[in-house]
Amino acid sequence: MTTSVGGHEGTGNPLDEPSGVEPDIEAILPPDIAANSLPEYVKAWTLRIRAGDTGLLPVIVGLFLIAAIFQFLNSKFLSAGNLVNLLVQGSIYMLLAMAEVYVLLLGEIDLSAGFVAGVSGVITAELLTSQHGSWPWYFACLAALAACAVIGAFQGSLITRIGLPSFVVTLAGLLGFQGVMLLILGNGGTLPIQDNTINNFANGNLSPGASWVVVAALVIAYGALLWFRDARRRKSGLVAPPASVTLVKIGFTAIAGIVLVLICNTNRGVLVPIKGMPWVVLIVVGVLVLWTILTGRTKFGRYIYAIGGNVEAARRAGVRVARVRTLCFALCSLTAGIAGIIYASRLRSVSTNLDGGTLVLYAVAAAVIGGTSLFGGRGKMVHAVVGGVVIAAIDNGMSLQGFSAASKFIVTAIVLLVAVTIDAVARRGATAA
Amino acid sequence: MPEADTPLLELRGVNKRFGPVQALNDVNLKIPPGVTALVGDNGAGKSVMIRTISGIHQPEGGQILWEGKPVRFRTPRDAADLGIETVYQDLALADNLDIVQNMFLGREKTRRVLLDEESMEKSAGETLASLSVTTVRSVRQPVASLSGGQRQAVAIAKAVLWNSRLVIMDEPTAALGVVQTAGVLDLVRRLADRGLSVLIVSHNLNDVFEVADYIAVLYLGHVVAQGPISEFDQQSVVEYITTGKASRKPTPEAVS
Repeated sequence: MTTSVGGHEGTGNPLDEPSGVEPDIEAILPPDIAANSLPEYVKAWTLRIRAGDTGLLPVIVGLFLIAAIFQFLNSKFLSAGNLVNLLVQGSIYMLLAMAEVYVLLLGEIDLSAGFVAGVSGVITAELLTSQHGSWPWYFACLAALAACAVIGAFQGSLITRIGLPSFVVTLAGLLGFQGVMLLILGNGGTLPIQDNTINNFANGNLSPGASWVVVAALVIAYGALLWFRDARRRKSGLVAPPASVTLVKIGFTAIAGIVLVLICNTNRGVLVPIKGMPWVVLIVVGVLVLWTILTGRTKFGRYIYAIGGNVEAARRAGVRVARVRTLCFALCSLTAGIAGIIYASRLRSVSTNLDGGTLVLYAVAAAVIGGTSLFGGRGKMVHAVVGGVVIAAIDNGMSLQGFSAASKFIVTAIVLLVAVTIDAVARRGATAA
Repeated sequence: MPEADTPLLELRGVNKRFGPVQALNDVNLKIPPGVTALVGDNGAGKSVMIRTISGIHQPEGGQILWEGKPVRFRTPRDAADLGIETVYQDLALADNLDIVQNMFLGREKTRRVLLDEESMEKSAGETLASLSVTTVRSVRQPVASLSGGQRQAVAIAKAVLWNSRLVIMDEPTAALGVVQTAGVLDLVRRLADRGLSVLIVSHNLNDVFEVADYIAVLYLGHVVAQGPISEFDQQSVVEYITTGKASRKPTPEAVS
């Protein structure tokens, strides 16, 4: 390994400690650091998982397990039609879970996200109607998202400037914005959406050819970025995974992309053929890429993690803590707004039936199941997406099996508890080390 | 350093009051290049003093001189801009971030808007190597995986990364074992040998006498003695710390 500052050779430096101090040190090192070759990488990886550091692997294994069980119970589960349906259903959870990641990284929570999403849907739908001037769809969406960002900034300001607990402020939001929805829609009201573009967000599909082109472009762009970055890092002697690992990562991405397109391009229509990738998949991927760059590659993102890890360290480093935290709440509500538009699009209407309370709890569950910590500082946007797939799979699989809503809630609750327990145990393991 | 006898940092008649408590009372202190130890009993005002120097507290009277010129610190950033860095006792490291991320926290390098991880990683590695910190496996290791001594080394490296001139350390060895303490004191010595000024707050007089060139004793918010460490012995320092005076050793007026 060319990248280390030194080694364990025992240079006689008094800071050099006997390895007995921390026998498990290898287990908490990221495999990128601990490994020079593919087999070593796999070894470091398994060590790390055994030490309780929940990366993405456990949840993906869990997902395969869930798929196997439901497929065993009902052979329709893994049919192309159902899988695409599952992705579209899950997109709401994925988007809302990405929203929650912003606040979970701070160690906070936003309970209002579900009804903020509802408000976003209502604003969009209202602005499209002729009474409100039949706004073009993009202006309607922008207005809704801007309103959500303002809502988030307001809640965030109460939390960060006055110092109110986020739990309470957003609980008030949960109640209040449900009220706002009822107020606008009227009791038991439903407002249909006529705009085709909006309705296509969740119901439209790319043509099979376009699906291939888009996914190929995405995979090639990601692969090239990853390959050139790792190669450059290896060349300049910085920490980087071995070339074989980079290749394996790119390979898995390509396979995942191909499988996705194959599933989406299988005819799933009953009377008329329906083929191609739903638009909403691209919307989720777009949001994922954007937010991953923002959280992972910018100063702002770095400060979110720093605040989640050690507020005092961030403050002393000159980070404007209140501003970053407020922005996180604004971004959370903004992302919830996107979810709200997709939700409205899928139903081609908005109605007072929207259950923002359950939605937000599923979203938090999705983020945590995916591997985001409730205690702040740990988690990624992609965790929210994978967790969203898990939640959608459970929901979809149990509906398919004809289970009641009651048992769906109970099973989801158990999955959530398991995920949180793993999170808490992993955290204790990390601090004990 | 413009002149040999101009200290890097000087406090002249600095006062600081918190409600009824006079935390700093007409403090005069000179910090030349080399290691200056600041000692005093609990409540003597050591913390207030270093917070004042690092720009967290504003003094209510008197002057702070940097290379002979009066300066005012409104925020810690003002002090940092001059080259004053503080290593706090709790180290202020984020466990979930790696060494590079911690060292550059708040001052990340960017290319356009994206973080320039590569140049940060290089500088961090070079700084650690220049301090002969060779025990960490990788600069991409999360701080959670480091031992107490390694954390201290990272916190110190973070402070010197910025071409700092004065590094303030609050009890750098308080939480460390014997071996790790020796390592950190070694590091402090190396900083002084590079021409930096180090102000080290410590309760441990053995450490102080091992590493310091100068010593200043605070007693009830007042500097009661300061000078080259060779003019003191442990007994006289203890006397100053506990009573504010000693029978046979220099007073602040005698040395300057």
